Amino acid sequence: MSELIILLPVFIPLIGAVVLLSGSRSLAFQKVGAVVFSGLTFLGAAYLLVLVDCAGHVVLQLGDWSAPYGISMVADRFSAVMVAISSLMTLLVALYAISEIDAARLRRFFFPVYLILIFGVNGAFLSGDLFNLYVWFEVMLIASFVLLSMGGERSELEGGLKYVCLNLFSSMLFLAGVGIIYGKTGTLNMADVAQSLAGSPDVSWAVSGSMLLFVGFSLKAGMFPFFFWLPASYHTPPPAVSAIFAALLTKVGVYALYRTYTLLFQPIFPEFQSILLVLAVLTMVIGVLGAASHFDITKILSFHIISQIGYIVLGLAIMTPLALAAGIFYLLHNIIAKTCLFLVGGLIIRLQGTGDLARIGGLSKSKPWLALLFFFPAFSLAGIPPLSGFWAKLGVVKAGLDVGSWVAVTAALLVGVMTLYSMTKIWAEAFWKAQPEGQPAAAKENMGSLAYMVIPIAVMAALTVAIGLFGEPLFEFSQRAADQLMNPQEYISAVLLDGGEDLP
Amino acid sequence: MNNFILAQAARILFPCLLVLSVIVLYRGHNLPGGGFIGGLLAATAFILVGIGHDMAHARRVLRVDPVVIMAWGLGLAVISGVPALLQGAPFFTGLWLPTFSLPLLGDIHLGTPLIFDVGVFLTVIGFTLHTTFSLAELGHIEEGGDV
Amino acid sequence: MEALIAVLVGVLFGAGTYCLMRRSIVKLVIGVMLISQAANLLVFTSGGLLGGRPALVPADGTVPPAPFGDPLPQAMVLTAIVIGFGLVAFLLALVARAHEQVGSDDMNAFNKTDT
Repeated sequence: MSELIILLPVFIPLIGAVVLLSGSRSLAFQKVGAVVFSGLTFLGAAYLLVLVDCAGHVVLQLGDWSAPYGISMVADRFSAVMVAISSLMTLLVALYAISEIDAARLRRFFFPVYLILIFGVNGAFLSGDLFNLYVWFEVMLIASFVLLSMGGERSELEGGLKYVCLNLFSSMLFLAGVGIIYGKTGTLNMADVAQSLAGSPDVSWAVSGSMLLFVGFSLKAGMFPFFFWLPASYHTPPPAVSAIFAALLTKVGVYALYRTYTLLFQPIFPEFQSILLVLAVLTMVIGVLGAASHFDITKILSFHIISQIGYIVLGLAIMTPLALAAGIFYLLHNIIAKTCLFLVGGLIIRLQGTGDLARIGGLSKSKPWLALLFFFPAFSLAGIPPLSGFWAKLGVVKAGLDVGSWVAVTAALLVGVMTLYSMTKIWAEAFWKAQPEGQPAAAKENMGSLAYMVIPIAVMAALTVAIGLFGEPLFEFSQRAADQLMNPQEYISAVLLDGGEDLP
Repeated sequence: MNNFILAQAARILFPCLLVLSVIVLYRGHNLPGGGFIGGLLAATAFILVGIGHDMAHARRVLRVDPVVIMAWGLGLAVISGVPALLQGAPFFTGLWLPTFSLPLLGDIHLGTPLIFDVGVFLTVIGFTLHTTFSLAELGHIEEGGDV
Repeated sequence: MEALIAVLVGVLFGAGTYCLMRRSIVKLVIGVMLISQAANLLVFTSGGLLGGRPALVPADGTVPPAPFGDPLPQAMVLTAIVIGFGLVAFLLALVARAHEQVGSDDMNAFNKTDT
């Protein structure tokens, strides 16, 4: 029965959403409920991670229909760790959101929609077949649409419209790709599709299916040349919403790319790796240049999401065991550092009333603790040792050197320098520069009233330091996860032979 | 907006549509129909009342907030997987009560897939009506309207 | 028959993309709807079009009598239509709100978030 654990991180948020929707309308109930249910989700996800690390794979066939005919939910090490980290981010951002989100949004069911978003994200990580992946994507997207446009202000609606249209378009391409793959293989279960692709003599048709899936996923991941919707919409909602989007949504796109390319398409379509390499390098460079050209905290951070996606996809493009391990490690580090930065940005906006760097300053004098909280994630993102970002970048660069792709390595290092430039720009403008004339001084809020906003930031900053100093176990775990991705046969037999290994 | 002919027609059509929606819901497991179509039919019954009078009237006829209906539906759909767990079968395994006969209605099949379908039925009603009411109110409420 | 549907899918994708490129936000919604129908039709056709019966098992048998249509694409299309219905309903509400706020139907007026 222990494979039922796989249901916990998916169904706890759904039950939470139902309880919050039908329960009392009191705002305190909504806030407490959101934290309790996201905490339970994290506990379930952590238990699943421990279980998966022992057993290798946990597979559940819903409704007793055996694979490949029924709906399978599959957790391998990569998906389990993604579920765990996204549940942790959900919990921390929920803590932050209880003091940031205003009462009007709470009355419009902010937290139930937030929990539905996590329901979709965790479902997407654990889905074992392509069509259900599409369904989970849509659950996640419709929740994100509502969160994005909930405030009803002009910029939110404009950003929301762009976001909704492009994401719907990408979903349709994904669906069309699923249709083509089903038409040719007659199955949707990813393990079964992988097996029949490996066994069929002529797979040239799979190029069209894989390209449709690639464009669909990379639109969602924000890769070059499909990233333009991201900076147009991510800075519009409240920072807590931007933070959870930055933590989860693009990463689900990246997860789907990792999953489909390692499992389905790499063995039959290896030429694509070089295209992926070029796109990853361009994503890094364009993202960081976009960030350099902006002067508003959330816009700078939005462009950095794009450039960091480039590093993660670079790991997939090189596709050696070390590169995949570095990519997974980078993904984990990036989720923590990026979410933390968005929350710090939100705190700055709350204290100063704006995120425009020209109009703020003097924070290192008035709020020295905030400077410290910004320092760790920002310089971790730029890759300064001994923070977590350094090891992540080192891994990607080492993997690039091993295969001798000099262009990618050079770009990765240059983009690191440019990231440092962006971070020092925020540092110098917001913290070191004196308060500009004529601007209101930082709000006189003491740490006590901001405690719920500071605690999650402090936890994430501590995590990025801890991963930097004692990152060895996490990197070894990433290597084990990468080994699983490199051996799709394990995944296939685990799903189709129903579990295979005995669970403790 | 008060449309006399439509309002009178809706008085007759409203109960018919609701009964029809339940029939369609029940037969859905083996015949064309099911929770989604039944839910849409039931929602159109309320929308018809809303067009005949106005949407605020339809909201009063419904009595419950559509969002709450949606929540009940989602909850029921999840609960329908639980009986299988109690029996030791995998989550969402379909379990059926023994078939029995009722006068006039014939053989009755009851089971967990039907509970799931009822969940879908309620979710669709809630979602459709929530969207429709919000869209209808858009024209009436100025700034700061609740959508 | 498949060839005809394939052409139709292409026409729908083309028309949808054309509508997406227009400046009016109402045409944007129409474009999204057309593309979603094109994708649905593609999935539906992917199972192969057979002039047969639905795949229903008769009361006294264990397999449906051949020829029968593949039921899985139909189930997928139904799910995709339901999802598309929900998303288009949401998109319509969003477009209506945005139109109210911006006061224009022209995409070029939606420039507040341009980067």
